[in-house]
Amino acid sequence: MSTRKTMRTLAVAAALGIALAACSSQGGAQQEQGGAGGPAGGNVGGEQFTIAMVTHEQPGDTFWDRIRAGAEDAARAHNVDLKYSNGAQAPEQATLVQNAIDSQVDGLAVTLAQVEQVGPAAKAAADRGIPVVAFNAGKDDYQRFGAKMYFGSDESLAGQAAGQRLAQDGAQKVICVVQEQGHVALEARCAGVAASFPNTENLYVQGTDLPSVRSTIGAKLQEDPSITHVIALGAPFALTALESVSDAGSQAKVATFDLNVDAAKAIQEGTLMFAVDQQPYVQGYMAVASLWLNLTNGNDMGGGGPVLTGPSFVDSTNVEQIVTYAQNNKR
Amino acid sequence: MSSPVATQPSPPTPTTEVERPKKSLLSTLLTRPEIGSFAAAIAIFIFFTVIAEPFRTLPALSTVLYASSSIGIVAVGVALLMIGGEFDLSAGVSVVTGALTASMISYQLNANLWVGVLVSLVVMLAIGFVNGYLVVRTGIPSFLITLSTFFMLTGINLGVTKLVTGTVATQNVADMDGFASARAVFASEFALGGVTVRITVLWWIFFVALATWILLRTRLGNWIFAVGGNAASARAVGVPVNKVKIGLFMGVAFMCWFYGMHILFSFNTVQSGQGVGNEFLYIIAAVVGGCLLTGGYGSAIGAAVGAFIFGMTTQGIVFAGWDPNWFKFFLGAMLLLAVILNLYVKNYALNRRS
Repeated sequence: MSTRKTMRTLAVAAALGIALAACSSQGGAQQEQGGAGGPAGGNVGGEQFTIAMVTHEQPGDTFWDRIRAGAEDAARAHNVDLKYSNGAQAPEQATLVQNAIDSQVDGLAVTLAQVEQVGPAAKAAADRGIPVVAFNAGKDDYQRFGAKMYFGSDESLAGQAAGQRLAQDGAQKVICVVQEQGHVALEARCAGVAASFPNTENLYVQGTDLPSVRSTIGAKLQEDPSITHVIALGAPFALTALESVSDAGSQAKVATFDLNVDAAKAIQEGTLMFAVDQQPYVQGYMAVASLWLNLTNGNDMGGGGPVLTGPSFVDSTNVEQIVTYAQNNKR
Repeated sequence: MSSPVATQPSPPTPTTEVERPKKSLLSTLLTRPEIGSFAAAIAIFIFFTVIAEPFRTLPALSTVLYASSSIGIVAVGVALLMIGGEFDLSAGVSVVTGALTASMISYQLNANLWVGVLVSLVVMLAIGFVNGYLVVRTGIPSFLITLSTFFMLTGINLGVTKLVTGTVATQNVADMDGFASARAVFASEFALGGVTVRITVLWWIFFVALATWILLRTRLGNWIFAVGGNAASARAVGVPVNKVKIGLFMGVAFMCWFYGMHILFSFNTVQSGQGVGNEFLYIIAAVVGGCLLTGGYGSAIGAAVGAFIFGMTTQGIVFAGWDPNWFKFFLGAMLLLAVILNLYVKNYALNRRS
């Protein structure tokens, strides 16, 4: 027994030693600049409001992390107590909206990706006199369900804009990589691409498993050499597609919807063509800030229509600044 | 699980009782499968009542009960199946299959929604029958059979919906004949003393009561325990093992159908990609409620308490305003505590008796 204990102590000590000796002289956390503080502009009004934000986030997605970063920065700036919750499935999200009503929040920001399912719950909140703002999804329906404002992109419009860019680049055949089957917004993007560039084919991949994404795209590129462009619907999938392209020895160019740090760097290096950014940070920030304005000052925005946060293109012309912003978790 | 019959808290059998010293009420209570989950539920309830202010209100309780019923209804069927010694991993997606079937049949045929509801019931029972039939005919563990069903249904949900509607969700059926009456049955709500009560909560209680009565008061209940405890012995004494197992799979299918109807009539449209992963929630609810993974032991009330624990935890974390990034961790920790408490209470009860 005692020998085993000694062995274990030695093993732990050895592991620690290796870990210490293996300290990298570059990269890693030591390179990070000091924490990025919230935006300027302290709390203007005195009263603290509670605002609930209910999204359809799939946990662990960089895109949603930016939405939250925007929401939290706005909450800090305006002394708002932000209650964030998320349910990836519609019934779950509807229940969470009800949960916010039960908690008697002062304002509600909600994503209406599954508009028929979550909309009625949002309407129930509006009927209770809680100001409701929709963001990220639900552009065509938000008014039906009592939301005062909408901040987000138009998926179909963004798709069409991306399709036009691909056509300008002389594309022959495009594959549009859908990482989650049965996702209405993603389908709308690909439909938009196909609307302005008809020779577009959808490729469905298992988004929760990047190695399988890599092999699926690679197989498709090998099988069909006429593919000239790949457009991904999320930054991690675009970076994976770049690997698939080199795996398959293909000449296809890759572009993407949405942005993250690595995608911005890839655009900087010229390996990724462009990103169609819907500016999630702005969506989260404006959802909270506009509610605060409405509560303290009775304002609304958009002149009775949606406020579009995209499509905003990130390409070689403007990527220099944006890389820095992306590193701060804001683009 | 093939422990001697003496340690099985099976319902009273018609055989003549062996003379035993009278047990106290406490001992009787402690031998119930759901007792551990009761203790865990009370602990969790007190915890959230203390920590989260909004949790103390009646509307919050109504939301918690609704969230619990959304897991609990199917968990009743899953609990019976697990007592019978089998698994169903297809329960999560088959809820959506049921909802999609009812919606698309009615919409495409321009029929009254009740037609779709009944066709959906037939389809679902057929899926349950196929699951059960394959399990008893091949002898392959139900874990594997229903894993295959799970994948096939996931694909069918998406593929067929896309084929029929051209999109990945069904059309809104709120303006069709029969919607109002079907909604009244499956998805209505009413005010009771200023609190909204959802009808699924009442159905959930009804199904739990029915399943409890079957388990404790009928011959079928005895069969279910026997089949899960030791199928070979059960067969030897004349229990129709195969029929019972197929019936249990169909029971799960029925519950999935019922909850699928709730999804359809409370939300009017159905997204085809949903339901994946929920099968584990149903199994967890049953296990937290005292069902053994090996079969032959458990209760429907326990599964209800397990679902209630799940509902309290999911909503309580939000009421408390915790960072949702940690949500799954808290959930897992709560479940682990509940399961350990179960085991502890069970062992304590067994030691007391000996």
